[in-house]
Amino acid sequence: MQIYINGTGCISPQETAQGGPLLATPREYEQVRLATVDPDYKQWIDVKQIRRMSRVVKMGVGAANLSLEAAGITAPDAIITGTAYGCLDDTGVFLTKMVNQQEEMLTPTAFIQSTHNTVAGQIALLLGCNGYNNTFVHRGFSFENALLDAIMILKEGSAQHILAGGVDEITNHSHQLLSRFGLYKKTPVKTMELLNSPSRGTIAGEGAAFFTLGITKQPGAVAELSGVSTLYKPLWEGEVIGHIMKFLEDNNCTPADIDLIVTGRNGDIDQDEIYEEVADALFPEHAEASFKHLCGEYPTAASFGVWMANAIIAQQEVPEAAAFFGKAPEKIKKVLIYNHHQGTHHSLVLLTAC
Amino acid sequence: MSEKVWIAGGGVISGIGLDVPACIQSFRDMKPGMEAMQHLSSVHRTTFPVAEVKADNATLADIARMPENISRTALLSMIAAREAWQSSGLGDISQYRVGFVSGNTVGGMDKTEDFFAEYLSDPRGGRLQNLVHHECGSITELVADSLGVRHHISTISTACSSGANALMYGSRLIRNNIVDVVIAGGTDALTRFTLNGFNTLMILDQQPCRPFDDTRTGLNLGEGAGYVVLVSDSLAARLQPWCRLSGFANANDAFHQTASSPDGTGNYLAMKGALDMGGLQPQQIGYINLHGTGTQNNDVSEGIAINRLFAPHFPAMSSTKSFTGHTLGASGGIEAVFSALAVKEGIIYPNARFEHQMKELPFAPVTAFSAGHDLQHVMSNSFGFGGNCSSLLFSRAS
Repeated sequence: MQIYINGTGCISPQETAQGGPLLATPREYEQVRLATVDPDYKQWIDVKQIRRMSRVVKMGVGAANLSLEAAGITAPDAIITGTAYGCLDDTGVFLTKMVNQQEEMLTPTAFIQSTHNTVAGQIALLLGCNGYNNTFVHRGFSFENALLDAIMILKEGSAQHILAGGVDEITNHSHQLLSRFGLYKKTPVKTMELLNSPSRGTIAGEGAAFFTLGITKQPGAVAELSGVSTLYKPLWEGEVIGHIMKFLEDNNCTPADIDLIVTGRNGDIDQDEIYEEVADALFPEHAEASFKHLCGEYPTAASFGVWMANAIIAQQEVPEAAAFFGKAPEKIKKVLIYNHHQGTHHSLVLLTAC
Repeated sequence: MSEKVWIAGGGVISGIGLDVPACIQSFRDMKPGMEAMQHLSSVHRTTFPVAEVKADNATLADIARMPENISRTALLSMIAAREAWQSSGLGDISQYRVGFVSGNTVGGMDKTEDFFAEYLSDPRGGRLQNLVHHECGSITELVADSLGVRHHISTISTACSSGANALMYGSRLIRNNIVDVVIAGGTDALTRFTLNGFNTLMILDQQPCRPFDDTRTGLNLGEGAGYVVLVSDSLAARLQPWCRLSGFANANDAFHQTASSPDGTGNYLAMKGALDMGGLQPQQIGYINLHGTGTQNNDVSEGIAINRLFAPHFPAMSSTKSFTGHTLGASGGIEAVFSALAVKEGIIYPNARFEHQMKELPFAPVTAFSAGHDLQHVMSNSFGFGGNCSSLLFSRAS
């Protein structure tokens, strides 16, 4: 059974919500914390509600709507989100007040909006969608699990159209705390220089990317979602390479059938090493595109990568800002997205032009 | 591809027992787990009774064979998951393609909230060791790593239905031949964050809760973990499975972020969907393990939805939360184990402290423990915040 990506929507540190050619005018940064370029949320959400919503909910609702609009679908049968961190802002607000006010005189709003299923719940509420609703919160697998759940449900035949996506936000607290773990560059690096910077650490990002998946092809579809796979804590590089070979085999193809690889390089010399090893072993001559210099590193960043891969298939061209190595062939038919998060969570997504 | 998915075993740790036999004994003895807080440190210690697991972290760490300084949520998870695995009779875990799918609502918040007090007074303060397992997924990984599970690991967070949704996803992983076995359920430890959150919603009872009683005034929070072991047809043929996971459905109420719709739309759709998947009629259900939190809102919505779907053939029903408290992300897992065991042993669980008939409903919960019934099909309900409603069906092997 074919599963089509009938529409996509993305809100990110790039101008991805506006439409138009992919990354025609990339935003260049020189900072270790990127923030989303926000569209006008009033087009989807009542002004009074916007004020009460945290950024993660707004970007999730916005990207979900963009994706449904692109697919020409108003009522999906299921809504599935992936978010590693959930609603950090409201969690931080409630925690702070709870500590500062010694558990007294607290108000419910932040607590209500702190649960990880708030984004999926709000989308259902705004669409009046009574269908299947799920939220995966497993670190660097959150988005991939959401896609896999959607694929399994579509194959089962219990849904025609499923809205699935990944979303995560940065807050002042989260950035300060994640920085203490030493994840980010000590000094800022320019966007287009990040992936070749000779040091450890990356840049922090955030965003939302949603996909309207269906078993029937809608006019806006350019690609099929052919497969998704995750690999947890591989013991060595050979296991990753073996996993990729098995994944391609399961999808009836070989490295030679892949026209473009999209990798999750993030500019951390230690973390990027595995991408080199994989490319050397399986894709030595292949064109490679990358995306984390554009959206930053976060556990659901692969959703930006898949969104970008779909747009590349639509345009049949790799924009300069995303190109990392080589030149893609004339026809871009099969794109493999290979991402890992902190070396522990590896994932593969295969798109095929349709 | 495995057509059917079976329950090969289960494990529970809760306020009424450190393992399944202890929990069942508490039901037999009519001994609910709500007491004044012993382990959670909160200014509300004497105000709200809670169903705490009756052991400190050092004791839990001993049983779990894990470090004492990690989140209580992970310790609870490990103890129940290991009991579940051992009860399945599958033996060496490395011999199978195994998945671990666990629900929880606040991850390592019990440690984060301690960290936060120090961090707020000094941005460089607080030990990062207390923050490192904050993420929900990190709790799952601590347990997966200890169990030796690597093939598929996932965490679900849909508030009070997290554990139930873990069983659905696990079942699909088996049916799609991604793994052969899934340990599925949920875990949550009590935290100040959750206690204060529910307090702001004014739905905590200051007395032991009274689910489906006309005088009910709210819920009691609990903690614990519960997991079933789901297996494929081919593995089930070698075992003596408890029962079959014969149906499930997940629907969204799409009414309000925290409240259920008055007519229980999501509840109805979840129960109806589960029956449809199982190819069953309402009158075939022998027992319903209710969501039954004891709040005004839940019990009336759930009751009205049950009335709409089941009248006039009401099965036996009860809320085991009247013993365990509401264990949030764990509840779907804990109650799945109780429900699967109900099919296996013919158990109908008691609903504690029920005295007054709800005026909106034509049925009442069961108030006494009994076993040995011929239960062919049992339903378990889990509803919650975000409008997330899930129902599971367990059926006798046939």
